[in-house]
Amino acid sequence: MEAILEFIYVNSETIFGIILSIFLGIEVISHVPAVLHTPLMSGANALSGVVIIGAIIILGHAESTFSIVMGFLAVFLGTLNVVGGFAVTDRMLEMFKKKPKKD
Amino acid sequence: MDKIIEFTKNIQFTLGDSVLEIIYLFAAVLFILGLKMLSHPDTARRGNFIAAIGMILAIAGTLILHKQGGQRIGNMGYIFGALTLGLVVGLVIARKVKMTKMPELVSFFNGMGGAVATIIALMEFPNIDKELIELHGMLNFQTLVIFLSLVIGSVSFTGSMIAFGKLDGFIKDIRSKSLRYVNMVLLLAIFGFVAFLMMQGRIDPKDLMPYVFILLGVSLLYGVLFVMPIGGADMPVVISLLNSFTGVTAAMAGFLYGNLAMLTGGILVGSAGTILTILMCKAMNRSLFNVIIGAFGGGGEAVQNELGTIKEISETDLAILLSYSRKVVVIPGYGLAVAQAQFLAHELDVLLEGKGVEVKYAIHPVAGRMPGHMNVLLAEADVPYDKLVESDKANEDMDNVDVAVVVGANDVVNPAAEEDPSSPIYGMPIVKALKAKNIIVLKRGMGKGYAAIENNLFYHDKTRMLFGNAKDTLQRVVKEVENM
Repeated sequence: MEAILEFIYVNSETIFGIILSIFLGIEVISHVPAVLHTPLMSGANALSGVVIIGAIIILGHAESTFSIVMGFLAVFLGTLNVVGGFAVTDRMLEMFKKKPKKD
Repeated sequence: MDKIIEFTKNIQFTLGDSVLEIIYLFAAVLFILGLKMLSHPDTARRGNFIAAIGMILAIAGTLILHKQGGQRIGNMGYIFGALTLGLVVGLVIARKVKMTKMPELVSFFNGMGGAVATIIALMEFPNIDKELIELHGMLNFQTLVIFLSLVIGSVSFTGSMIAFGKLDGFIKDIRSKSLRYVNMVLLLAIFGFVAFLMMQGRIDPKDLMPYVFILLGVSLLYGVLFVMPIGGADMPVVISLLNSFTGVTAAMAGFLYGNLAMLTGGILVGSAGTILTILMCKAMNRSLFNVIIGAFGGGGEAVQNELGTIKEISETDLAILLSYSRKVVVIPGYGLAVAQAQFLAHELDVLLEGKGVEVKYAIHPVAGRMPGHMNVLLAEADVPYDKLVESDKANEDMDNVDVAVVVGANDVVNPAAEEDPSSPIYGMPIVKALKAKNIIVLKRGMGKGYAAIENNLFYHDKTRMLFGNAKDTLQRVVKEVENM
């Protein structure tokens, strides 16, 4: 119990941030038309690639061969997630461009 | 005020540190803006671009300014090597893959994110703050965050890979009731194991590494078995759910590093993914719990009633029927995607409009393998927005429709969802094709849909079937209409 209270006290700013972000995410998404469900999922997937920052930090401070190998793998996979995610989303959205109306 | 001054006296910060925090804050704002813009058709593409800029900023800022224990980021050669390799491979995959494979691709990329979170958790476990352990033993929040990141990350990784394999067709559904119990036991084992590890008291985390690897193994296995029994109709829900899992792990890693960009980005994806998942479940009138337990289509207890006979129609007859109709509704499904028949469907609708026939497309929210899958495909073929009608709207007008053309759809037009309480899809909203005056079903064969249940629509008096690959049959129908 004491640990929980201490944790909340020490990390109060982070906890504020998390809770506000949750509501923000729900608010930002909730009025999306069905047409955009797939691109939105794909875009959100690209954003989750932000975990790559952690991978860079690991590889950036890696000393043993094992941690260099793991770090390299993590940065590579993370880049795949980010680059692939954004590129695929862009490709999907390219098709939604307004076309001149035919009569 | 005094408090603040005293506070600033006690911390030492450099210009670089504060600039990096500002960059992260800025990146987080770009993420939010990008996501907001992504949810409107007009701004979506720019939104994606803005989110990407935020990501580039966050990565570049980390590379140049990040410090840990006074140490700057090293191993630059390796980092740039991995970045370049990922950039090239990612771009090639994203460009080369066909539009029909999009759902698989999203699932695959999502799995990559899960794997990264798993690796981070593994690597950071031995570095748990010594002081924290001194104070509280293993029972501290840092340990909990690392364990959760490890478990959720690895479930997201293997789960996404299985979803990818199932959509791609090289992994088949395994449906058995016992798997449900195995899954529940595994889940309990994971929770129990985490609790056990956290009760270890003051111990060097390195000594626990073998146990952590066991936890990793069990979690990876759970990811596989978690997605294995889930049927195709639920795949969109699963991908959406796993996507939000990855978001949560990114946020946990952000918490671990006190990194605002990761935290905000991750939480945003977590809540956005959860909302999307719930929207999907609502579209199918099912609870998330049911989806996770994998109950869908697993029963197969649906009563086999007398089905009647199948009537076929020739391409020529269909061309005549269509040309002399007033209103035609096309109901596309996964078969359209597989056959890549969206271009021909559009060709046909342009021809028919030329003859004064009104053509609309009725889009079921879960037709295909992802939410909005059909919209993406039809947009690829330049079908104008205003021709796409959501299923509720289409149903209102279905009585006036002369011909409903079902192209490669099955479960989303199955009347059992309304009539047969024993059917596994009972209660799911459908496109009520049965209300149209004529129903034409383009289908490859008499195979069942992804939910593996019989469809009475095909045996109805008003229904006629046109068997074959939708691309070939539509091609012939287009020719016939052209010649009339």
